[in-house]
Formats: sequence, structure tokens, C-alpha cells
Amino acid sequence: MTTVYLDNNATTQVSAEVLAAMMPYFGRLYGNPSSMHTFGGQVGIKVREAREQVAALLGASPDEIIFTSCGTESDNTAIRSALATYPERRHIVISRVEHPAVRSLCAHLAKEGCRVTELPVDSEGRLNMEAYEKSLTPDTAIVSLMWANNETGVMFPVEKAALMAHDRGILFHTDAVQAVGKIPIDMENNAIDMLSLSGHKLHAPKGIGVFYLRRGTRFSPFMIGGHQERERRGGTENVPSIIGLGKACELAAAYMEEENTRVRQLRDKLEHELLDRIPNSRVNGDRVNRLPNTTNISFEFVEGEGILLMLDRYGICASSGSACTSGSLQPSHVLRAMGVPFTMAHGSIRFSLSIMNTEEEIDLVIETLPEIIQRLREMSPYWDSGRQACATPS
Amino acid sequence: MWEYTDKVREYFLEPRNVGEVDNPDGVAEVGSIACGDALRLTFKLDENKRISEAKFKTFGCASAIASASALTEMVKGLTVEEAEKITNQDIAAYLGGLPKEKMHCSVLGQQALEKAIAYYRGVPTEVKEGEIICECFGVTDREIEQAVRKNNLSSVEEVTNYTKAGGGCGNCLDRIQEIIDRVRAEVREPVRPKMTNIQKIRMIEEILDREIRPALKNDGGDVELIDVIGNRVLLAKRGYCAVCPASQQTLKGFVEVKLRELVSPDLVVEEVTE
Repeated sequence: MTTVYLDNNATTQVSAEVLAAMMPYFGRLYGNPSSMHTFGGQVGIKVREAREQVAALLGASPDEIIFTSCGTESDNTAIRSALATYPERRHIVISRVEHPAVRSLCAHLAKEGCRVTELPVDSEGRLNMEAYEKSLTPDTAIVSLMWANNETGVMFPVEKAALMAHDRGILFHTDAVQAVGKIPIDMENNAIDMLSLSGHKLHAPKGIGVFYLRRGTRFSPFMIGGHQERERRGGTENVPSIIGLGKACELAAAYMEEENTRVRQLRDKLEHELLDRIPNSRVNGDRVNRLPNTTNISFEFVEGEGILLMLDRYGICASSGSACTSGSLQPSHVLRAMGVPFTMAHGSIRFSLSIMNTEEEIDLVIETLPEIIQRLREMSPYWDSGRQACATPS
Repeated sequence: MWEYTDKVREYFLEPRNVGEVDNPDGVAEVGSIACGDALRLTFKLDENKRISEAKFKTFGCASAIASASALTEMVKGLTVEEAEKITNQDIAAYLGGLPKEKMHCSVLGQQALEKAIAYYRGVPTEVKEGEIICECFGVTDREIEQAVRKNNLSSVEEVTNYTKAGGGCGNCLDRIQEIIDRVRAEVREPVRPKMTNIQKIRMIEEILDREIRPALKNDGGDVELIDVIGNRVLLAKRGYCAVCPASQQTLKGFVEVKLRELVSPDLVVEEVTE
């Protein structure tokens, strides 16, 4: 059985070209990029090239790129740096739908005495800009808003939000882990001070991230040690992964158009066909301002874990916002923040595509899923009454 | 991904007895869609008052479906008196075990069975007894008490795994701990049978020989049992223990702890110097 991988917001396959670019640095080219000798220096040159490749994808300057171990480290770096460089300010603004890398960190900081505002979203997952504007105070050290949501793909207007923060002299960070590589980003022409990205979401390996820091921004490092990354992040460079990420960024730029045309069409086909074939189903999140690769669909009166396990039999990989799969007994905090009713939230499935997916794979899901939902609904005590209550997908 | 047994997978993928029995003798609905788990159980008795048919409908995860299906298989052929002896542990065991976070699925099955039997007997059960402790999942103090007692639970986390209580906002965690403390205090008392003094001395000697002396002898030490008065165990230090500056620590921190664990929790070790 072949794997139909539609869980690319969780992680992506390392592309063959990325792997090939990395291999020599696990083997004979093992030098330390900081060394004085030629053997290490040749590796240093490759790290510099990778930095340029990442900068090019972001429309940034190479000296604004700091390599980290993951998106979570980058998020921690941003928020802790703002608190360290503005010690008189103790307020943080985030949204209710942020990734745990930001939400859990802020919950932790709240225990240490920080004040955290979690901005609400509407039923489509869109940021309440009025609440945002009101939340900004002279005590606000940093605003951290995700560029695109990992569960729904809904994008926040972060460039606009960054300007609003700037007008008030407040630092702005965006967790762009899901956005980078899927939509064009041009740091030269926006006001965002800090940005986090993660390699394994764009066909680079796990364990490599980037923290973008705008030139001239006050900064206090999170990892303190050697002089690597111009003393902004101590620790010997993860050379193979840095080189892999550089390659992945170059490829992402090259495939950006395909992502926004072919992949978008596949996603739209999957979404339309499933809504069409399965009654009492609906899309969660704003379908206009959304990543081209993501769809989050709820199937009423069934539970997500069962759907995933039945898809698994066909080798189809997806994920769910149901309580049973979250390990927390409550359905996804993103869907709850959007006010998705319980009848819908437990049966939500996220499909996230990549340029590696084919139309045949999408067709397999379209053929398979309606039957699975039907089977589970026949087992559900709520199905009969539901069918009468609402026969058309909203 | 959850680590389900093959039996759970089998009962989820090919569930037995899905649906509703016509003209049932027993009916129950437990759980709710908000909680993420719900089960409708129906059964019918034959002329010998044995369960001839049982069916289920479940909204919930794979283990909830498997637990309900397993339950309908388990009760077939039983009288209601026999069926009501089935515990949630029995359901989990039938499936070769459930991940600990999923034990609440077996509890749901057991609750449905209890309620369906009450329906058959005409016992009114509509009113939930007890006080709601967990607002998020509507779990009462009675349900928490029962789960703690039947499954010998000792932590809040375990209670959440079995009843879901405390799995939402977390406001009730302190109250759950109070219930655990209360229930465990009552079950503790009667467990240890009263020993005669002779039995106690024999047991202490045995534990000293088996569990304690070998460890002391590794360091060239030993102890001798001088007397047992009530719960006071009088010991004399021998060998290297007699001169070792840390031996007081050994007596209290090791010998006493072992004796309390293996003989009686009330024992107090005292040193006698001759």
C-alpha cells in the first residue's frame, strides 16, 4: 500500500534535492564552519550560501537571518528578547488561535507576572482588528501573531497589524511557520520586526529553524554561548540541516507558483467534491484569506479519530481537531475560539497538501471518504435526528 | 497515535451489534456530544430472562466504539444479575487492554449497562445523583468516587483518564484531589488484618533476613532484633553498623521504611544500645 500523505502542515517529506545537498556534510565535509583552516572554512562558505538562500526567499538581508533549532526556539527567542530589551513593559498581545509554541510560552510568562491579551477571532477564524487596536498599550512589549494558522490555513493581515504596532513603538513578531514557502513574503517591504520559520514544513529536515531579526532591532539572545550567528545564537551550527534548509528555500521560491496554482486547484477539488458528496459537512475558516494547501472540513455527528483510523487503512494520512486525537479531552482550541459547534468540532479533519501530491491521490480520498463517513454515521446515535435537522451543507 | 491492541482495532473496524434492538427491555443513553463520547445501548431478554440481543450506537473515538461493541458481546446469554457484575475493567480486559487515557471509554460502557439494567427494573435514574464537580464534562462527585474505588485510582490524572473530570478548564482539580484523599482514607483502614505479636515478630525476622540483612552485609553491617513492644521494634546495630556514622539514617530511612511497607505501616524502629 502506498502512502497518500496529506498532512503537510504537520511535517513534510525532505525533498530528494535537499537530501542530496546535505549528504556530504554528514560525511567527508565535517569541518566546523568557525575554524580557521580551509577544511572548516569551505563549510563556512556553504553556510553563508544557505543564509543567502533563506534571505532571498524572505526578501531579507542575509545578516537578518539567524539559524535556530526549530520554530519553537525562534518563537521563544522573539518574545523573550522583547521582554528583556523592554524591561519596563510587561504586556504581550497574541491571538487565541496561536500555536502552542507561543500560547504555552505566554501562559508560562503570565505566571511570571506578564499580562497577556489573547485576541478573539470570528467564526471564520479572522482576527478582530478592533480588539487588536484596543489591546495596544504603552505597556505592550510585543505583539506576536501567526501569519497563517496551522489548523485552518486562515491568514492574518500581519503586515497591516505590524504597521499598527509600529505606529505605537511596539515590536511585532510573526510565527510564519506555516506561511513560508507557501505564499510570497517580502520583508523588505513590510514593518515586521521578527519572524519565525521551521525547516521541516518546507521539505527541509526537522531540527532546523530560522529567526529573522530586522536590522537595527533591539535584541537579547535566548541561547547564550559561542560567537556563532554573530553572537545572537550560541551553539555550533547544524551544518547539514542549514545547507538543506538553504536548498529547500531555493526550491520553495521556484515552486511558489505551482503551490498557488496546481496545489490550490487540487485542494479546491478535494474540498468541493467532499462537501458535495457528504451531507452535513462544512469548511472551517475563511476560504478567501487562506493558504493554498490547507482545508479543514467538519463532518457532523462523527468523531475525528475514527475517520483518521479508517483513512489510515487506505494509507491516507490526515489529522483531526477532535478531542480524542488531541490528548486533551477538549477539541482543538482553534475551532473552539471560532465557536465551531461541538457537533462539528469533534468531526473535523485537516488535509494539508504539498507540491508532491498528485491528482490520483486526491481522487482516492474523494472516492474513499464518503463511505467512511457514512459507516461511522450509521454507528452514531445522533445521526438520524441530525439528518432531519439540516440536510444542506452550510 | 494511540497504541491500540489488535482486538480494539478489530472491534472498531468490524464492530459487532451496531444498531438498536426492536422493542428493547433495557435502554440507556450516556455521555453527550459536547463531551465527545456518547453511547446508546439497548438489549432484549429471552423467555429465560437471559440477554438474547444487545446493540449499540456510539459517537466517539475508536476505543469508544470498540468498548461498546465488546460490551454487547460480553452480555449476551447473561441474566441481568450476571451482567451487572461486569466492570469497566472487564470491558478493557476483554479488549486486551486500553491506553490509560482511554479508560473513560470502558467506563462509559459500564455506565450504559448499569443504566439500561435500571431501566429494565423500572428504577428511576433520570436525576443524576450527587453534585457536579467537573462542569466541563458534567461529572459528579459520586461518579468520581466510584471510579476511584473500583479502579483504585490515586491521582487526579488517573481520574481524568477514567472519567474525563478535570480534562477541560481544570478548575475542579483541587476538588478531585479532595475526593481521592477522602475515598482512599476510607479504603485504607480495613486492608491489613490484625496480627498477633508472635506473627508480627516472625514477620519482622523474615523481612530482616530476606530484605534487609543482605543489603547491610554488603557494607559489612548487621542488625539484631532485640524485642518488639507493640509497634516499637527494638534493634541493636552489629558489625560495621555499630561504628558507622550513617547507621542512624539507615535504620530510619531504610530498615523502618521496609518494615512499614512489608509488615505494618505503624511500626517504629528504635535503636537499643547495650
